[in-house]
Order: sequence, then structure tokens, then C-alpha cells
Amino acid sequence: MLIKRSPDLRESDVTPKELYLRRREFLAVAGSTAVAVAANGLDFTGPSTVAAQNPGAQKLTNLTKSPFSTDEKLNSYKDVTTYNNFYEFGLDKGDPAKYAHTLKPRPWSVVVEGQCGKPGTYNIEDIMKWAPLEERIYRHRCVEAWSIVVPWIGYPLGDFLKRFEPTTKAKYVEFKTLVDPRQMPGQTEPALQWPYNEGLRMDEAMHPLALLGLGLYGEVLPNQNGAPIRLVLPWKYGFKSIKSIVRVRFVENEPLNTWKQQQASEYGFYANVNPQVDHPRWSQGSERRLGEFFRRKTLMFNGYGDQVASLYTGMDLRKSY
Amino acid sequence: MIKPAVWVACLTPLALLIYHFVRDELSANPVEDITNTTGIWTLRFIVLTLAISPLRWLTGINQLINYRRLIGLFAFSYGSVHFTIFFFLDHQFDFAAMWQDVLKRPYITAGFTAFVLMIPLALTSTTGWIRRLGGKKWNLLHKLIYITAMAGVLHYFWKVKLDTTNPIYYGVIVAALLGVRVWSAYSKRQLRRS
Repeated sequence: MLIKRSPDLRESDVTPKELYLRRREFLAVAGSTAVAVAANGLDFTGPSTVAAQNPGAQKLTNLTKSPFSTDEKLNSYKDVTTYNNFYEFGLDKGDPAKYAHTLKPRPWSVVVEGQCGKPGTYNIEDIMKWAPLEERIYRHRCVEAWSIVVPWIGYPLGDFLKRFEPTTKAKYVEFKTLVDPRQMPGQTEPALQWPYNEGLRMDEAMHPLALLGLGLYGEVLPNQNGAPIRLVLPWKYGFKSIKSIVRVRFVENEPLNTWKQQQASEYGFYANVNPQVDHPRWSQGSERRLGEFFRRKTLMFNGYGDQVASLYTGMDLRKSY
Repeated sequence: MIKPAVWVACLTPLALLIYHFVRDELSANPVEDITNTTGIWTLRFIVLTLAISPLRWLTGINQLINYRRLIGLFAFSYGSVHFTIFFFLDHQFDFAAMWQDVLKRPYITAGFTAFVLMIPLALTSTTGWIRRLGGKKWNLLHKLIYITAMAGVLHYFWKVKLDTTNPIYYGVIVAALLGVRVWSAYSKRQLRRS
């Protein structure tokens, strides 16, 4: 008599196809986890911790969640606040965390001038109340080919700029960082030309993705991240997102931004994240996300192309880099 | 007594790097820290090997030559770690992709040249190979370290984003160490003529 036994392996025991297709990714993650675990349980791939925030900092509450937020894994508060390019406090990325305590973000005011109906000097306390605060989790891509995911707090830059009633002559808007070597010790060295200067075309500045940054991780901006007021432009290289702003000017002509002034062959006015246009000395085709070992592919406009690509139709992005 | 001390000294930068990595005391971008640290130590060891002969002439301490091979091999070891991180973490051991980078980016071309030229020097560093090649040929071959040193400085110079102070500083030292050799060879020739 033939006894038929059911096979030991059932259909459900087989690796799901979706997982199977992702096996390389799995191996990469498993490999890096093994390395990390070997390194005294150093956790590279686990969830980020929101702990270790600055207990003295003013908390920002009643935040609206933004539909523009990414659901990617956040970088830790430590990553966000100890790895900064902010040459006003030194050239090393650890310098701002060490030396930015000399910056006094209160009292703070912003001078608004140029082609607008309501120029004047505006207080930071008022500015923070002009629109409901949102939390926006954005990818942030540095021109140096590393990237980070940050839970910013702020409101649309357009809501801020519209208050000053820019005229039809306002084709561009220019921003300047504070100059005060006593507060910003890096400014005693001529590393860059101070003040740090940035600019946007008006339609870029009014784009819903452009954020006026006022905080991160549930609190006001730490000094090293550009307290108390900065730009956050997720589709552009990090240097466009100017920090510690004291001056806004509406102008007719394209302003000269600091990095372009420093080295125009390497850094342009637009500085849109573009994997097809390399920096003359290194590739922009890939990046290292902080917390990951391997490089990942860089996305056009840092993955925000659906929203912002139309701003640049008809432009040669190789020339307008 | 001295040799173990040299070993310990040469291994210290690597040990410190591992120590800080394990304790999570590197920056938020540890891969970059490890790459930069092993890179700069490669250049420092190259400079040290180049400094040994001039130091010998200057001080008359001929025993210094006994440590040149060891320090040179440490330059190669740190360089190997530096290169391997780049090859593995940037290119996941994909040779074609790595080669594209070498051809396309001047700073990588320079760095790669510096590293590759150290390979024959490391391979022929044994006493057996000195004998096999003969002192004259061996010496000639090992002059490749001069190109490695220059390419290494260039690699560093092209890599930095803004502040070229340190690369220039290394450039001046390497130029001085190579200049001393040119001057020494020239004066020896003059001596022979007179």
C-alpha cells in the first residue's frame, strides 16, 4: 500500500518572493549589522533614539504633521546636532556643536528691505507666531555627498515672505547670516567671505516645499543648526539652506551666493541636487546616508522632483548647476 | 628594545581609531572618519620613511636605516586599509566601478597611483629580494616612493573642500625631503668631478 505523506515543506515555508528579491539588501543589512554588533553592540541599523535632546531648550508643541514628510528612518538627535557644516564656528563638522554656545539666539531680529511694501525690523518672537508650526521630515543632502533625515519644524517660507508684500520688481530674494565674531568665532578667520549670503528665485522661495526653519526634534533650533531662523530647501544642496538669518532683501537681479563667490566652477546659484551633474572633483551620483555603511544612489532633486521639477523646465541644468 | 617600541608607536593610531569606533566616539559619519584617519596616517608614514635618510646624514646615526623598512611597510598597511574601505564601502568590490572612478576623478587617480606604486615596494621589501635584485636595481625600484609621496600630497590637496593649509604643509615637507636628495646627489657629483 502506498502511503502518501504530505511534503515536509509547505508553500508558506518558502521565502516570500518579495523578500527573496531583496536578498542582497538583506545581506547588506545583515552584514553591516554583524559588523556593528561585533563592534560592542554599536547599533547602526536599529531605530533612532529621540532621547538626549537639550533639556534647556524651548519646546515647540501643537505641531501640524506635514504631507510632505518622508517616512524614512530619522537620523538621531545626536547625528543632527553634532555633524554640521557651519563655518562661522569652524571648519570641522564637530566644531559647531563645540563652539556654537557663544551664539545668542534671543533677542533676535530680522531686517527686511528692498523691493517690498513692508520693509522693517521684525522680532523673532513675532515671526514664530505668523503661521501654524509644522513638523516636516525631510531628506537633507550635502554637496559633500552625505545625507541625513531631519524632523524640522517651521512654516512655509512663502507665508513668511508674502507678509512683506514683495513688489513685481522682486525677482529674487537674498538672505544674510549674522556677522559677529564674538558670537561666531569662526568669523575671525577669512575662511569664507562674511556675511554668508544666499538667494533664491522668487518662485523657488514661494514653493510649498521651501520651509522657514525654526526648530527640529520638537524644540527650537539648536545653535549649531542655525538658530534661531534658517532656510530648509530639501531639493537643493545643504549650503543653500542658510542659517542664523538676520537680513532678507527683495531684489531684481540674481544675488551672488557665498559658495559661488568662493568657487564658481564648483558651486552654482541653483545648487539643485542632481546625480547627473557631478561636482568637478567628486561624483554626485551617490551619497552616504549617515548611519549606513554603503553608499546609496542620489535621486534627482533629492527625490522631490515630482514637486519641484517644473520650476526648472527649459533650463539646462548642466549650465545652471 | 627599540623595534618593539616602533611597532607600538606605529600601531597606536589604528588602535585609537578602533577604540573610538567601538565606543561610538567617532562622528555621525564614522566611515569618513576611518577613511580620513587611515589616509592621513599613510601620508605621515610615507613622509617618515622619506625623512630617515636625511636624518641619518644630519645626525650621523646610521642605525636609523634599520627602521625604514618597518615604517615603510606601515605606510603600505595603512594605505591598504584606506584603499580597501574605498573599494569595499564605496564600490562594494566592483572593480569596473572602482576603475571608472580612478579614470574620472583626478584626486582618486592620484591616490590610486600612490597606493599601487607602493605594492612592488612592499613585495620586494624582504632581504631575499634585495639580494635577488642587487642593491643598485633595488634602490632604483624603491625610488618609486618619491612618486607615491608626490601623488599622495596631490590626492590630499584635491580632496579638501576649502582649507588647503594642511595639504600645502605636507607638500612643503615632501618637497623639502625630495629637494635634499637632489641637492645631495648634485653635490656628490660635484665632489667626484673635482
